[in-house]
Amino acid sequence: MRIDQWRCVACGNCLAVCPVGAIHIDPGVGRAVINEDACVECYNCFRGMSKEHLFPPMVRAIRRVAKAFRFRFDPEPDICPTDAIVPTELGWPRVVRRAFSDPVVEHAATGIHGRGTEEVKTNDVTHRVGEGETGFVVEFGRPGVGVRFHEIQRMTRALAELGVEFEKKNPVTSMMSDPKRGEIREDVLNEKILSAIVEFKTTLERVPELLGRIEEVAEGLSTVVALGVSTRCDSAGQSRLPDLLAGEGYTAFRGKTNLGLGRTPPAGSVDPRGGSAS
Amino acid sequence: MTNTLHRYGDAESFRDDFIVFAMPTRGVNDADCVEKLRTFLRLALKHHPVNLGDARKGGLYQPTPRLNPSAHWRRQEPLRTDEILERIDGPTTVSAVFDNRQDLVAFIEELKAADLGLSINISGLRDEANRCCQQAGITRHSVEYSLGFRGQMDRLPERPVLELSTMCGHGMISANFAKKMMDWVKEGRRTPAEAARSAARFCVCGVFNMTRAQRILERARHGNP
Repeated sequence: MRIDQWRCVACGNCLAVCPVGAIHIDPGVGRAVINEDACVECYNCFRGMSKEHLFPPMVRAIRRVAKAFRFRFDPEPDICPTDAIVPTELGWPRVVRRAFSDPVVEHAATGIHGRGTEEVKTNDVTHRVGEGETGFVVEFGRPGVGVRFHEIQRMTRALAELGVEFEKKNPVTSMMSDPKRGEIREDVLNEKILSAIVEFKTTLERVPELLGRIEEVAEGLSTVVALGVSTRCDSAGQSRLPDLLAGEGYTAFRGKTNLGLGRTPPAGSVDPRGGSAS
Repeated sequence: MTNTLHRYGDAESFRDDFIVFAMPTRGVNDADCVEKLRTFLRLALKHHPVNLGDARKGGLYQPTPRLNPSAHWRRQEPLRTDEILERIDGPTTVSAVFDNRQDLVAFIEELKAADLGLSINISGLRDEANRCCQQAGITRHSVEYSLGFRGQMDRLPERPVLELSTMCGHGMISANFAKKMMDWVKEGRRTPAEAARSAARFCVCGVFNMTRAQRILERARHGNP
């Protein structure tokens, strides 16, 4: 991403909009500029702000007059008045930043937008996490801190040492050169992204051991780690996981509940119920 | 897409926050999902959602590509629910946000009867979601629990800012913007409703809860008592 220096009027609206604080006003030129190393290519400044397409010299003249008289104009905070934010073509490996930071981009590895994971949201159809098993979602960089892949690798290496097998249909796993050792390909290690999720599953019995190790590694990282665990309920809608978590001192009052309404259509069939319920 | 799992706040702060979403599974039941996804949103609209959207094409509140400058004084952007429905053109995740349990239960009961065959999830307080399932005669299939944040917690902003900004789990509502909106409400430069709308436009999935946001902003006005 870049800011067109002729179009920018240094209104400063985009500064607060950037999730990682990568935009500032350069006092030397009086324009907003993006710190390329800090930018995660999330496109929030470009896509999220409304645009007015005003003539930049006119806006600058008005701003100069207002400033001279100490007038404070109270503009809308989510507008770029001159459409000054311009996407740039991203080559490898920088394109990885966008794939992991822009939620509307579909991950090539999974075909899913956002962070590219289905977790247990479709467990009623995929049966990925069974009874007696626990799915882990370990998320890095969220909220608003960001993370580089070499930090994620510290965690994946530690988990691999414990014999963890990473979820194959996961964007981070697709970046690994050696999933068995938790090694991430070298050319992306220094790329900064907004967030990424490492996924794996294990037996319920191993949950305390793995949570302990994740906490240990997370303490040594320079980013934040958001932790989620999931399980398949029994025929009564219950599971042992909440008690196990409580026993380990975790409070887990919030989460996602899969209602089990999804199903696999019979092979070769087209479900006739599409749209019939409206 | 764990975009609603790690909303920040204590249990009390989620009393008016329920997100229901539907998603097909790639390669399994996504072949004829477009009409089903639209049906989900049509049913949701009958139960007073405070936001809804399509994770690929946007929510109720969206930025305007060509805004008239008069918007600085009088910003009126009608909510075009029909456009959200029309824009669905393939597999995606659709969601609806409710601010009370009654509407949530009524919606879930209708969804069950509609039998869309898509995976349906409720994101919110786990016990409330379970009670809702029981009321609708549903046995929950799987549950994912948020265990919160670890690591360098000192890099996170203060609690009210996190409560507001994490309502877009993709991080599109920056902490700086959330703080700016809180300050503007405090200074009387924007109402909580106006500030919530400005923030909501950055949430591309439409899962930003307008009711909870206004409550957080109103509380921030009074110094978060």
